[in-house]
Amino acid sequence: MTAPLLAIEHLDVAYRAASGPRRVVHDVSFDVQPGEVVALVGESGSGKTTTSSAVLGLLPGGGLVEAGAIRLSGVDLAGWSDRRLQSVRGARIGYIPQDPVSSLNPVRPIGVQLADAFRIHGRGDRRDIRARVLDLLDRVGLDDPALRAKQYPHELSGGMRQRVLIASAVALEPELVIADEPTSALDVTVQRRILDLIDVLRREHGTAVLLVTHDLGVAAERAERVVVMQHGGIVEQGSTAAVLDAPAEAYTRQLLADAPGLGEHEFRHPRPPLYLRDASVAAAENPFALEASGLVKEFSLGRGREPFRAVDDVSFTVLRGTTHAIVGESGSGKTTTARIVARFVTPDAGEVALGGEPVRALAGAAKRVFRRRVQLVYQNPFASLDPRQSVQEIIAEPLRNFGIGDRRSRAASARQLIDRVSLPAALATQRPGELSGGQRQRVAIARALALEPELVILDEAVSALDVTVQARILELLEQLQGELGLSYLFISHDLSVVARLSHSVSVMRRGRIVEGGATEQVFGAPQHDYTRELLEAVPRRAAADARGASDRPSASSPASPASPASPARSTRKALA
Amino acid sequence: MPYLARRVGQALVVLALAFTVTFVLLQALPGDAILIKFESPELGLSPEQIADIRASYGADVPAWQQYLHTVSGFLVGDFGYSVQYGTPVHELLAAALPETLALAGLGFLVAVLIAVSVAFLSTLAPFAWLRQALRSLPGVFVSVPVFWLGIVLIQVFSFQLKLVPVIGADPVQSLILPVLTLAIPISAPLAQVLARSIDDVALSPFVAVVRAKGAGPARVLWRDVARNALLPTITIAGVLIGELIGGAVVTETVFGRAGVGRLTEQAVANQDVAVLQAIVILAAVVFVVVNLAVDLVYPVLDPRLKRKAVAA
Repeated sequence: MTAPLLAIEHLDVAYRAASGPRRVVHDVSFDVQPGEVVALVGESGSGKTTTSSAVLGLLPGGGLVEAGAIRLSGVDLAGWSDRRLQSVRGARIGYIPQDPVSSLNPVRPIGVQLADAFRIHGRGDRRDIRARVLDLLDRVGLDDPALRAKQYPHELSGGMRQRVLIASAVALEPELVIADEPTSALDVTVQRRILDLIDVLRREHGTAVLLVTHDLGVAAERAERVVVMQHGGIVEQGSTAAVLDAPAEAYTRQLLADAPGLGEHEFRHPRPPLYLRDASVAAAENPFALEASGLVKEFSLGRGREPFRAVDDVSFTVLRGTTHAIVGESGSGKTTTARIVARFVTPDAGEVALGGEPVRALAGAAKRVFRRRVQLVYQNPFASLDPRQSVQEIIAEPLRNFGIGDRRSRAASARQLIDRVSLPAALATQRPGELSGGQRQRVAIARALALEPELVILDEAVSALDVTVQARILELLEQLQGELGLSYLFISHDLSVVARLSHSVSVMRRGRIVEGGATEQVFGAPQHDYTRELLEAVPRRAAADARGASDRPSASSPASPASPASPARSTRKALA
Repeated sequence: MPYLARRVGQALVVLALAFTVTFVLLQALPGDAILIKFESPELGLSPEQIADIRASYGADVPAWQQYLHTVSGFLVGDFGYSVQYGTPVHELLAAALPETLALAGLGFLVAVLIAVSVAFLSTLAPFAWLRQALRSLPGVFVSVPVFWLGIVLIQVFSFQLKLVPVIGADPVQSLILPVLTLAIPISAPLAQVLARSIDDVALSPFVAVVRAKGAGPARVLWRDVARNALLPTITIAGVLIGELIGGAVVTETVFGRAGVGRLTEQAVANQDVAVLQAIVILAAVVFVVVNLAVDLVYPVLDPRLKRKAVAA
């Protein structure tokens, strides 16, 4: 075996805290061979990002390598000063960040930011640098490099920005690229093209990649070896096939079981709840919790310009006691549709009926009553809970708003709901800051249930959670649906989660529903090209076997839908 | 450019409101500049003579007529006559303005220099204790009253160190202490906001990306952090122009300089309504113009605002 390019040996990293140093990474050792892709896999808090930051010498304030070695081609960087490390960063180790939206300086043009890498390391004169910047932009698949170089980050889509960041990471042809969740913030079809691009570029130059990810599908599809981390230590490591097909450790098995892989769970069948199957009852009752028909919403783009049609003739139904999912990529109009259903947005045309009763014309007091019947759970449980209220106050707030019961009965209801979402009773007096992400989302669900709504809108409600937490929340949602006969409208970009939770599904693209029906039917035998493309783009374990064939040129479909504000042209360029 | 037109329109509305409110307030004040000056028994003027004087100043007509008269005068640059001096207001202003402009302009410049140096040094300085010390400086500055600072500066620099003569100083020397007196309290909030924005911007992911390219701290601060951190600072700078006007009044009084500040002080003491009306409008014009300029600078500093500016 050749000497490893990167060798991490018994690495300990700690953060200074008031109570003394808090160790977040302990005794971590692994190698990356030249040209190899190694995935560092773990949930949030596992220490995977801390480990990769330590390699770059870019630990956040207070972070310190306490022991161990970080050898790059045999030379230990661990004791190097910041100034000395500057010669390594960018030149020998490239870095691709997670969130392309916030990772480019908003006030400097793309070209200038790309030129930075050359200037910082004193490579080439002005004209030379310009030529290389344009060449880089071309190589990462951006059309019209001369125009792109002059544009500012906000004028590009997320996928295009990630291409720019990749270009900047590989500008000086480093031996190692650290990619920290490079596609977690992107839509699946864009994610796939970005991962393909990284593959192509690394093959050209024999660059090694340390791929930090929480997504086992991505790791399985792209990495040759996998290092699984938990609580700051390594659980197990080995070749991708060995670790994922025959995991030796219980934690790895748990991760694999919780990963919402496609086709690994049985689809749920849409059918009316038991009591409705009695024909006489069914005849008397409307079987639909929600009926949306012909919804249209346009946003003005200013005088003299065509309005942007965010939602274009959207119709779907949610059967009582079932989950209907709206799946689509960012900009597809799925969130606007959810907001129309929740009556936060008034549609330009179309009708929404809740339990057979039209709600479009509701105003004033009637609209307020409507709010009791439809509740929301949002994506980010950190932002959607008031940090100053206790859990009990948060859950009782909807009751307080509608003046239901007195103080004591509300407190009792809150305690019941806490129990209902399987939280320990002791949590009632705590504040959201003391809770984990999964616990907070349970609180948000309990709050949504407080008013005993007919319909709960779940807007990307599990997207921000780790897989093991996500699996528990999905179980909870299923269980509550069974117990309370709830109907869910589930908004998500994640097809695996949709496959797991929903009975029926509508696939949205550019404001239109391209395909809809029972989830099993839509995902099992997709009729529309876009649905097929979405399904194919989902990284999955099965794809690991076919990895050799994965660097084919990307499909000739357009890139992510242009946002209304910047009608970015799609990049149709083949990557290879 | 409809955006510019709208902003200018708003500025004009602000000026009109400032003018009217000032006029109403000055009218509502008890007493009367003419009575204060001419009614004293030593002058021995008869009530008829005083009435004549009042008529010559136009003070005998109803308030709404005075208002219309004053407005039309202001529109053509005629600010009326000072009761106290008997001279046209514009002559008084023309005499006082250069002094004050020099003081305020230099004061603001020095304030910006102090603020930027303190904020940047407190980020880049080599030792933690030095950074900490620099960080705490604005907190001290901000709580210093202008009149007290002026007196302390005179005490230290003129009487003890004898660096700047109190009497007989040349025009440049005589500006040093007033400018410092004016600049220091204004520099404090600027430095605080700038330092805070630098801290905020330094935590942005794009800064990590630039550092990962191998950029050193000074380069990161100058090329990437500074321009992003300037935006909130410029907003505060626009607001502080008001502070500058108030500070100039106190500073000129403390240092005995003949400028708009002292003119204001005397006009207030003598209820010289015409002079006050003109000064308030002058201050309002400065304030409005500076803040309009700030608004127009935003899109230059932050290209993301261009689209909004055009679309708005």
